[in-house]
Amino acid sequence: MTAAGAAGAGLPVRARGRSKRRSLAQKLGFAALGACMAANVFFLGAILFFIASRGLGAINWAFLTQVPRDSMTAGGVAPAIVGTLYLTLGAVLFALPLGVACAVYLTEYSPKGWSAALLRVGVNNLAGVPSVVFGLFGLTVFVKYFGFGVSIVSGSLTLGILALPVIISASQEALTAVPQSVREASLALGATQWETIRRVVLPAALPGILTGVILSVGRVAGETAPILFTAAAFYVRGFPQSPMSEVMALPYHIYALMTEGTHPEIQTRIAYGCSLLLLALVLSVSLIAILIRQRQRKACHAA
Amino acid sequence: MKNRKERSIKYAFAALAFSSLVFLAGIVLVLFMEGLPVFRTVGPWAFLTGRRWYPTSVPPEFGVLPLLLGSLWVTAGALLICVPLGVGSALYLHELAGPRQRAVLKPALEILASVPSIVYGFFGMVILAPFLQNVFSLPIGLCSLTASVILGVMASPTVASIAEDALSYVPRSFREASLAVGADRWQTLTRVIMPAAGSGISTAVILGMSRAIGETMTVLMVAGGSAMIPHSFFDPVRPMTAAIAAEMGEAAVGSPHYHALFAIALLLFLVTFLFNIAAELISRRYRVKLGLSR
Amino acid sequence: MQHDAVIDYERQMGMENFHPSLVRGPVGAAADPAGEGRSPAPEPKLTARGVNFYYGSKQALRGVNIGFSPRRVTAIIGPSGCGKSTFIRLLNRMQELVPETRMEGEILLDGLDIMSSACDPSELRKRVGMVFQKPNPFPKTIYENVAYGPEVNGVKGRNLIEEKVVDSLKKAALWGEVKDRLKDSALGLSGGQQQRLCIARCLAVEPEVILFDEPCASLDPISTGKVEELILELKKDYTIVIVTHNMQQAARVSDRTAFFLMGELVEEGDTERIFKAPRDGRTEDYITGRFG
Repeated sequence: MTAAGAAGAGLPVRARGRSKRRSLAQKLGFAALGACMAANVFFLGAILFFIASRGLGAINWAFLTQVPRDSMTAGGVAPAIVGTLYLTLGAVLFALPLGVACAVYLTEYSPKGWSAALLRVGVNNLAGVPSVVFGLFGLTVFVKYFGFGVSIVSGSLTLGILALPVIISASQEALTAVPQSVREASLALGATQWETIRRVVLPAALPGILTGVILSVGRVAGETAPILFTAAAFYVRGFPQSPMSEVMALPYHIYALMTEGTHPEIQTRIAYGCSLLLLALVLSVSLIAILIRQRQRKACHAA
Repeated sequence: MKNRKERSIKYAFAALAFSSLVFLAGIVLVLFMEGLPVFRTVGPWAFLTGRRWYPTSVPPEFGVLPLLLGSLWVTAGALLICVPLGVGSALYLHELAGPRQRAVLKPALEILASVPSIVYGFFGMVILAPFLQNVFSLPIGLCSLTASVILGVMASPTVASIAEDALSYVPRSFREASLAVGADRWQTLTRVIMPAAGSGISTAVILGMSRAIGETMTVLMVAGGSAMIPHSFFDPVRPMTAAIAAEMGEAAVGSPHYHALFAIALLLFLVTFLFNIAAELISRRYRVKLGLSR
Repeated sequence: MQHDAVIDYERQMGMENFHPSLVRGPVGAAADPAGEGRSPAPEPKLTARGVNFYYGSKQALRGVNIGFSPRRVTAIIGPSGCGKSTFIRLLNRMQELVPETRMEGEILLDGLDIMSSACDPSELRKRVGMVFQKPNPFPKTIYENVAYGPEVNGVKGRNLIEEKVVDSLKKAALWGEVKDRLKDSALGLSGGQQQRLCIARCLAVEPEVILFDEPCASLDPISTGKVEELILELKKDYTIVIVTHNMQQAARVSDRTAFFLMGELVEEGDTERIFKAPRDGRTEDYITGRFG
């Protein structure tokens, strides 16, 4: 900009006027872009501020460790915390092997050809399916067809399918980042392709794959719509007893408190507490993933 | 021997890989199988264009037009917010932010994207709705405006991140060529870089739209829930996703209502599917145009 | 391609040895019998016959015939894009990792056609090791890098593997520098050390042939010197093929030199002879620096 100004000084008056107008447009334009960015940051700040400032008051040791009492107006939300952990864990256990296998197949075995192209389109579209549709699928297939009922199993499987595309794309990114030369080195030593994948490529890609898993944990833990009809209950007495039992879950609990609650005043406060918990869980998990990834990318560029 | 083992491992991986495709196919199959039977009760045309959604009255009426329009209405409003916010942020990151700012702002956007939708919904319900109700002196804060604002904010990081990728693929030489003929940075940005990244940016917008229209919990909580054809942004609406989530619990399995909800899900799936395919096609053409192989 | 390139390799060898009158060029005629007679080449370990290679529809190698003898270093030289790297990568079937390629002709290892379905690529690569242009250690420890080869090739027992690791590192002249930090990451070594580690890794598999694909392309002169010394040392036990764009290097380390140009093997023979008295005008142009 300074350069443009200096050049303008030597020009005839008309041209100088144009360049002034030009720099005004640039100033306004850049200001608008800054405002857009600021708006995003503002919303993030507003959400974090309101949830944190109002949720903090609701959270104490009892809130974290006790079961709800007095028709959900007192006590804690421990069963919902535990339920969310179970559902998330189940989903990741289900999606991790499938997702990594899919990524390995796509990057190592069949990077080109019609099957890979088909898979890619499939995975991309799976990623775009609305979450409530996953819920309907889970309801029809896991709850009804396989007879798992409304249970941790049904919810975990449903959430697992939802997490698949996240794990696949992160794993793919991690696998393609492993240099081809390392694969060649292994093959040239007489290792078979599987030995190469298992002993060299996967270990090298592990941090990236873990990032994907962490990201998917963040995604899965906060999902509500898929568990509406497959796993969640507003109130379950005590903690979940078996994988086949209904569970309370943090995100569903917030929804239920706000829509089915009978004591809005007290329950909004509990909902704030739940929201803060969920937000803390999801954001810390995502933040870890983001930081790991940044460090990796830096390491990659350095090498 | 070694060979046979290798080959069976490869096939095992292929089988596991294709499970994701099986799930997608399963979803489509379920939606068709459970959704199509509704047409025994109501004709496809009447279903799509019917203006009255009274699934529990006697006799029930299954016109999804109010729900469809509700979804589109809310999404259109969300676009008005997420396109400027998302694309503007992408341009800001690309053109103005230094490395130190980027190191803070990019994670901030990712964090914004990873806030669970239930939290957005909750925030909309307890903070934004009362606020907008005051500002516009509305009878009720839960309306399509509130839903649009929340959805727009939710979708904007998605739009921003894809649009920024698109911008970063534009070759440096374009920018240098433009600056070299005396254009300033703003002109370079708006007349050279943005058009070059244009289809990438449209991909971003389409995917943002796809995310907004498929969003469930937020609209369920803040859109107001009334199944009426909206006339203004202050009208409460009942988008398709909200109808499914709210009513599935009450609909008797196998009843026309149950099937109608699956049919809505099918409609929703088809709409998002079209969006995703469109985004895919545009981004593929774009890469060819810029000579990028990725 | 001239028709003499299609002549069977062994016959060509014979002709060079016993019919010096066929040799063109004033110097060559005198120098040749002495040069090649001094070391009567043993039966080739590895032989390529009529090798054509295609990337899609583009032909990268045209009718290459050549043999590599045990305890000899053969250098393959030529301008970039002449097919020398492609050729060396065919010798252990690394090239088949590149999709949409096709090979014709045969490559024999001790008389066995390595392209036949009877030959398992991983078994082949165990016998024909390779050291790459850029050092490519695994992101593992120094020890694990060297132990990897024996492990995937079914060597059992910690002691046996450890023995092989130490032995290979010693042979690669790296032992003194790394013996105190075997558990450190291999990525922490310098470029030259990494390359010698890759050589050690290759030796641990106990190959019969070692292929070097421009092993010093990314090394400084001192490291290059060490690697060259090592190659001369390894020559006592192995059949060695080295691709290089550096003619001094070819002259320093090799017994025989093959000159490739645009996918053809233009000329192959005793290194001294090739550099002093090339028979083909194109070879002469290249080594006197007229192109490439």
